[in-house]
Amino acid sequence: MSVLVYINSSADKIAKNAFEAVTYGKKLGDVTVVTNGKADESALAELGKYGADKVMVDRSFEGIDEQQLTRLVATATEKTGAETIIFSDDLVGKAVAPRVSVRLNIGLVAGATDVPQEDGTIPLNVFSGKAFGYVEVNSDRKVISLLPNSFQPEETGSTCAVEEFDGNAGDSRVTVKETKMPEGEIPLPEAELVVSGGRGLKGPENWGMVEDLAEELGAATACSRPVADTGWRPHHEHVGQTGVAIRPNLYIAAGISGAIQHLAGVNGSKVIVVVNTDEEAPFFKAADYGVVGDAFEVLPRLTEAVKKFKASN
Amino acid sequence: MKILVCISKAPDTTTKIAFTDGDTKFDEEGVKYIVNPYDEWYALVRGLELKEAHGGSVTTVTVGTSEDDATIRKALAIGADDAVRIDTKAEDAFQVAKEIATYAKDQDFDLVLLGKETIDYNGSQVGGMLAEHLDQPFISLATRLEVEGSTATLDKEIIGGVQTVASELPLVVSCAKGMAEQRIPNMRGIMAARSKPLKVEDASGADQLTKFVKYALPAPKSEVKLIDPENMDELVELLHNEAKVL
Ligand SMILES: Cc1cc2nc3c(=O)[nH]c(=O)nc-3n(C[C@H](O)[C@H](O)[C@H](O)COP(=O)(O)OP(=O)(O)OC[C@H]3O[C@@H](n4cnc5c(N)ncnc54)[C@H](O)[C@@H]3O)c2cc1C
Ligand SMILES: Nc1ncnc2c1ncn2[C@@H]1O[C@H](COP(=O)(O)O)[C@@H](O)[C@H]1O
Repeated sequence: MSVLVYINSSADKIAKNAFEAVTYGKKLGDVTVVTNGKADESALAELGKYGADKVMVDRSFEGIDEQQLTRLVATATEKTGAETIIFSDDLVGKAVAPRVSVRLNIGLVAGATDVPQEDGTIPLNVFSGKAFGYVEVNSDRKVISLLPNSFQPEETGSTCAVEEFDGNAGDSRVTVKETKMPEGEIPLPEAELVVSGGRGLKGPENWGMVEDLAEELGAATACSRPVADTGWRPHHEHVGQTGVAIRPNLYIAAGISGAIQHLAGVNGSKVIVVVNTDEEAPFFKAADYGVVGDAFEVLPRLTEAVKKFKASN
Repeated sequence: MKILVCISKAPDTTTKIAFTDGDTKFDEEGVKYIVNPYDEWYALVRGLELKEAHGGSVTTVTVGTSEDDATIRKALAIGADDAVRIDTKAEDAFQVAKEIATYAKDQDFDLVLLGKETIDYNGSQVGGMLAEHLDQPFISLATRLEVEGSTATLDKEIIGGVQTVASELPLVVSCAKGMAEQRIPNMRGIMAARSKPLKVEDASGADQLTKFVKYALPAPKSEVKLIDPENMDELVELLHNEAKVL
């Protein structure tokens, strides 16, 4: 089967979720990658290691305009005769995959967590991670967007050919005025380790201990909704049902009760550590490791322990 | 300015998730439905604010059955002028987007606003699909939307940051946190909502291309391992050797 994988190469470095998408595609058939942007030829050739036979790159535009990308992917689909089109379900994939689905009249499975099962259905998370659903696609071709961090990239091959091509991307009707990328901060949706604080930390002046631990771990920081709503922390740190949904390897929650709406955004985490004074806090039921204690003492102690661990490893 | 807001219903956020019929159907027994929070808090309220600032109208559209009328009335109580329900069961995003597109095609809406995603299926699909049908730009996950004359300026989340973009109307926008503040309907709004028009339109019979055929619940989490708050070295040791995340 011919598989087309769109990857975003608008940043200097190709992100891990691109390798995940190519690896996923390779499980289904012969992979051609389509991209635009600025990653250089040698970086793109590396995608061969994850199973791509060929990379087609359109150098005529660098941006992430969803209408241009839709035309690019449609052109590449026609050219390769792809039967399955794969995206990563990141912010670009979320905007482009639905458009491609309509343009080519193909069913879309958004947020797949694994390859198709024996019965052909594709698994994904539903009800904000509280359950799994299995989707059947009733069109000959399929569009699948793969949930980031749910599929491990595998290096199996060697570098592949990179070809320039014209994707007939056309013009963008959207003008970019400004792009702000906070320096030094680890973006929450991609972070592998996250330290998060809730109302139990009493006030914004106490976040130093959260930041210290995060810095020692190389983790991103997050918070519960009331903490963002009262302005203790910026909005983009709010995780949960109505905030960002994350699936890091490690989620450390201090002073958060574990309301069902909070859990909905973090229950995809591989390992959860909860620090709470109240042993009855519902979060302990969702935790792997629990510390019944005062965050004001436990967090600094944990930071010291991590420091010690790093020094001896 | 003529604004269309797409409103869907979603199970109340505290709903206990269960399935029936051999795990092929969501168990709706005792489930309370609310307006999908992103649609209500962010898309609808921002639509109303824009109308208040620039004049015009806010219409809501819902693909659904008469079971959706209660949530549609809630949107009217918050301040929408009128509502349209496209009378068919919503089956998948592909069908929903086609139905809304068929309705919206000749109506010259300046703005179509949606929520970021529905909180039950979390697909984030309808907005992009609708924009493709209407051949309009789709600004996804917008956290700010201002309109001046025929130009919209928006902030949107991008990977690793925020982008400010501008585009001419008409436009399809999906709304995320930051866009507006939740509004609680007052008594007057609730009374007024009863007499506001809720028009029921026939569906065009759009195709459904995907189907949920079964569901599963995650395996129950094993018992939490409690660590002595005095002994954080032990926690670090466990995270390293047992959980293998450090
Ligand atoms: C429709 C809807 C959507 C929602 N969406 C979200 C969402 O996306 N994300 C979200 O987070 N919430 C969401 N909520 C809110 C949610 O229901 C909870 O109210 C919220 O998560 C509680 O935040 P918290 O745990 O920080 O605060 P609290 O519930 O006040 O909990 C504070 C906790 O800190 C503990 N504590 C106190 N002092 C200390 C100390 N010194 N050391 C350690 N622990 C201490 C307490 O025992 C308590 O468990 C939503 C609610 C609704 C209705
Ligand atoms: N049945 C529906 N009727 C009207 N609008 C809908 C419907 N389903 C979804 N939407 C809109 O599309 C957005 C994204 O939904 P989804 O693609 O299902 O995550 C929602 O936030 C709503 O604004």
